[in-house]
Amino acid sequence: MSAVVQDQPRSDLRPPLAHRRLPRWAPAAVAVAAVAVACGIGAGAGLSSHLQWGLIALILFVVGTYALTSLVEGRRQAKDRVATSLVWACFILAVVPLYSLIETTVAKGVKVLDGNFLTHSMGGVITTGPGGGVYHAIIGTLEQVGLASLMAVPIGLFTAIYLVEYGRGRLAKAVTFFVDVMTGIPSIVAGLFILAFWIIILGFGYSGFAGSLALAILMMPVVVRSTEEMLKLVPNELREASLALGVPKWRTILKVVLPTSVGGILTGVMLAVARIAGETAPVLLLVFGNQLINNNPFSGAQSSLPYYVYEQYANGNDASYDRAWAAALVLIAFVMILNLLARGLARWKAPKTSGR
Amino acid sequence: MAKRIDVSGLSAYYGNHLAIEDISMTVEPRSVTAFIGPSGCGKSTFLRTLNRMHEVTPGGRVEGKVMLDEENLYGAGVDPVAVRRTVGMVFQRPNPFPTMSIYDNVAAGLRLNGTAKRKKDLDTIVERSLVGANLWNEVKDRLNKPGAGLSGGQQQRLCIARAIAVEPDVLLMDEPCSALDPISTLAIEDLIGELKERFTIVIVTHNMQQAARVSDRTAFFNLAGVGQPGRLIELDETQRIFSNPSAQATEDYISGRFG
Repeated sequence: MSAVVQDQPRSDLRPPLAHRRLPRWAPAAVAVAAVAVACGIGAGAGLSSHLQWGLIALILFVVGTYALTSLVEGRRQAKDRVATSLVWACFILAVVPLYSLIETTVAKGVKVLDGNFLTHSMGGVITTGPGGGVYHAIIGTLEQVGLASLMAVPIGLFTAIYLVEYGRGRLAKAVTFFVDVMTGIPSIVAGLFILAFWIIILGFGYSGFAGSLALAILMMPVVVRSTEEMLKLVPNELREASLALGVPKWRTILKVVLPTSVGGILTGVMLAVARIAGETAPVLLLVFGNQLINNNPFSGAQSSLPYYVYEQYANGNDASYDRAWAAALVLIAFVMILNLLARGLARWKAPKTSGR
Repeated sequence: MAKRIDVSGLSAYYGNHLAIEDISMTVEPRSVTAFIGPSGCGKSTFLRTLNRMHEVTPGGRVEGKVMLDEENLYGAGVDPVAVRRTVGMVFQRPNPFPTMSIYDNVAAGLRLNGTAKRKKDLDTIVERSLVGANLWNEVKDRLNKPGAGLSGGQQQRLCIARAIAVEPDVLLMDEPCSALDPISTLAIEDLIGELKERFTIVIVTHNMQQAARVSDRTAFFNLAGVGQPGRLIELDETQRIFSNPSAQATEDYISGRFG
């Protein structure tokens, strides 16, 4: 048997290296055809929801890709293309809600969003009528988030440095465990904790600072986790190179490890800021909410952007709804600007490899 | 300022695992000593015990004595940071600091140690070190460009410049050419020949021709089997090791009859 196989020339055993290929525009053509057919089916069957149309188009796209490719190119290539088209389909599924969210917020938010809205508070504004603005809420958000970052970022940074550079044995394991537990704390629980501890037991009043204490609790584990991952990415060779020059460990961390990972750390911090900027519950419990401008975060009630959205929505009239959407747009823009800043900083600070 | 290294009864552990056992040897000043031997025999580990880098590895610990002239590196109260300023090291893979320019990489040892220097002095030291590492002519016009933008061979010479900028007494090299092409290797071998006028050099290499070319004395390390600790088999003039070694294992290894 084996002798027979050996006698055959090699070229008979192997398929030719070249085979028929679909043109490069084929996937796009399949996608267009799938959408067209889905529209036809949807309209013909009288499906009212456009979501159903989209799902039909996605299924048609994946099935059509497989059928066409297996006819022309073969089974293996067909599987490859199906995997590719599934990835694309999932990407679109993920992006559609995001796009829809931004589109709705922008469409409804721009109605009252103008210079007046950004520079005025709700002082003396009748909530059922138009007018008023978010200035007091912007001040509140900036101060509360800023104070929370001032507390959470150094603690989180040092904790991460301890865990990566020094932590050995049980203490490090315990710290890691409690950081993981803290990551899962719901914001309302953090708020209640500060309410019980700071306001009820210690007897301080409502203030932006009380809110930022709770926000710091929420922010810290995120900073620890992301910074830890970034520090772990720094190659050990760099630490050894520095130590071998006779540089003390703390200076090695300060001058070599941190500068190498600063881009990633900044991105992590900004993500943490974005996470707490949208928190409503602690503000509700600890900052109390305010219609007027209060520039002092250490005394008296303040507002904040997410709280303002909640408050305006609760008013339940059209003018308030408009203000709520506009404030939501301001909040999204705030977080996006922070993210863009972080990316810019990360790119600017990133290790440079090019000699040019 | 080159110094003599005198090792006696040195063993190194990773946790409970004994990696090298009972090594004693003398490294002569102003000479090149090469360490050869099969993978896993503890050459690199032993090298790292000579500037207290072994204990940087979690679980790493050392027993025995390493005398640098009159001082025991493992004596009571000896600061490992001070040891590493006296005994420099070049690693297997070039590792310039990616956030720093060529200039800053060379100046890193002085700057990071907080040895405050005036700009002019620093310029002089950087130029002298780069000239010493045979890199000055290639980089003198782009000292402010990132060090990571150089080729592999240039990066390794940059690392050598960085190591000699702090004026150590001893320079340890852990397979400095194993990631480089033959031309860069030649450049570094020439450099080693020049550097031995000023430093005591210890080099680990897997390339026996390289050991024969650059070193004055060669040490052969071996291990009895997997999981066994590495030992020093013999240390002698390089010529003798490669022509007429006294141990059978050495002869088997250098003639390729090993394993």
